Amino acid sequence: MEHLQILIVLIPLLCAPICVLLPGGRLPWALATLAAWTTLVLALLLLGRIESEGVLSYALGNWAPPIGIEYRLDYANGLVQLLLATVASVVLPYSYRSARREIDNDRQPGFYAALMLLFAGLMGITATGDAFNVFVFLEISSLSTYALLALGRDRRALTSAFRYLIMGTVGATFFLIGVGLLYAMTGTLNMADLAERLPAVAGTRTMDTAVAFLVVGICLKLALFPLHLWLPNAYTYAPSAVTAMVAAISTKVMVYVLIRFLYTVLGADYSFGQLPLAQVLMVLAVIGMLTASAVALNQPNAKRLLAYSSIAQVGYMVLGLSLASTLGLTASLLHMFNHGLIKGALFLALGCVFFRVGSTDVERLRGLGRAMPWTMAAFVAGGLSLIGVPLTVGFVSKWYLVLAALDQGWWALVIAILISSLLSVAYIWRLVEIAYFQPSPSRDITREAPLALLIPTWILVLANFWFGIDTRLTVGVAEQAAAALLGVGP
Amino acid sequence: MISLGLYNYWIVIGLMMVGLYVMISRGNLIKKIVGLNIFQSAVFIMYISMGVVEGGAVPILTDGVTRYSNPLPHVLILTAIVVGVATTALGLALVVRIKEAYGSVDEDDLHRMDNDF
Repeated sequence: MEHLQILIVLIPLLCAPICVLLPGGRLPWALATLAAWTTLVLALLLLGRIESEGVLSYALGNWAPPIGIEYRLDYANGLVQLLLATVASVVLPYSYRSARREIDNDRQPGFYAALMLLFAGLMGITATGDAFNVFVFLEISSLSTYALLALGRDRRALTSAFRYLIMGTVGATFFLIGVGLLYAMTGTLNMADLAERLPAVAGTRTMDTAVAFLVVGICLKLALFPLHLWLPNAYTYAPSAVTAMVAAISTKVMVYVLIRFLYTVLGADYSFGQLPLAQVLMVLAVIGMLTASAVALNQPNAKRLLAYSSIAQVGYMVLGLSLASTLGLTASLLHMFNHGLIKGALFLALGCVFFRVGSTDVERLRGLGRAMPWTMAAFVAGGLSLIGVPLTVGFVSKWYLVLAALDQGWWALVIAILISSLLSVAYIWRLVEIAYFQPSPSRDITREAPLALLIPTWILVLANFWFGIDTRLTVGVAEQAAAALLGVGP
Repeated sequence: MISLGLYNYWIVIGLMMVGLYVMISRGNLIKKIVGLNIFQSAVFIMYISMGVVEGGAVPILTDGVTRYSNPLPHVLILTAIVVGVATTALGLALVVRIKEAYGSVDEDDLHRMDNDF
């Protein structure tokens, strides 16, 4: 039982090379799906163990921390691991039909191997309690993401993957510089150990430089405005299953890394008390929320529209964490989980559209409300959740964010959140209007997407409502995680 | 000058800026990768310089030596070098595919062909 913490990373990691060795056809897909489902079980077991035993610590290779690499699991990363495993367990069954349509047959084993590497990398980032280990897993997940993005049929997939490769590597290298400077000041890489030793050197110029590199590097990867330039094209031209996977979990994991470094490693007192990070992040988050939502309004491609919406939603998460209060952090963690479910569902629905129509141009959505009722109903339900209609997860996290802003008397922030939500009503409505109220241009009838795609999509859509109505699990875990990160309560 | 004693770090900063500048200013995708490599090399040198202990020997166990340089940053950067090689390989592979798809590796040409920004 004590090895669960490492198994949740190792299982997908080992599946990757096996996928390459397996002959094409169903086998690589079946193995990858099985691995994803196993990690979901492990994530649930681990969450149960955190509840009964508190913070879990695992010494890799039996080398005691802080010398060895420690895997450390508390509520915050337990929640992220649950999100990762959930999304992967839904997207992988979906990817079978979707990838057969969009990716050449001889590339299938490699596709699943890269998907597993991406998943293992993100899992590793959340599992580890070692600063350098984060960099290693970050690069594992990034390299596989570049390869996956380049698999898109459109040639622009290649240029977008290249642009992300350059910007992503700069971000990861900045992160590496930051970690190096922290090591130079303290002589340790273990996060808990760093947290103990850093107050002694806080305020030195090296530390300030280290924090600057860390924050800019992480923000590049999580696509905080104005460091988001790589994101829209990358999401637009990637294969459907890849977009759903990357959009739902990649940026969320980086938000988690930002929270982990600002709160656990550096400590809220230092990063928000002594350094003006709260102001910087808050301003950028608000500008990102408003401008990205506005830009989303008149995008010609539905996937690109949702990509801009993702940038805005990252703004909500960063806004929550920049408030440096238990409520704000709760909102940030909640929105991380909830937005993963929302964007996963929306991109899976668009994947169904792409499967039948062969494009996600807004113009091509005409009349699909009648031709593909289940797909478009899923899209509308996901859209409602994105807007934040009550009974959906989007409402829960926005509610907490508004509460957190009001708690500190930030009326302007509440107004910004409302304006951004109104803009999201506008861009979702635009798609709904075209799909339901404009007649199909051609006479040939588009058929409904196959069940193999619809069922996973609807599972995520229903999860949006389930966690919107029964918030005990998510809110409970997020509240305890926030309290632990701020050092109040158990 | 005291600061000149830490000339390694000046080299690091210089290389880092050169790398970043090349990446930003050059439109040729291959040159961008060259810039990325220079940038990453700067970080490698930074890590290696960090591990130096004054009067320390090369960290290989030898009789009669008690003071060694810190080998940990070297080991860390070995990992980062491997990552750098992988990134370069992937980047170059993408450039080959871009050349096949567009017939050019210049960023301005690519944008013009796609009517994209």
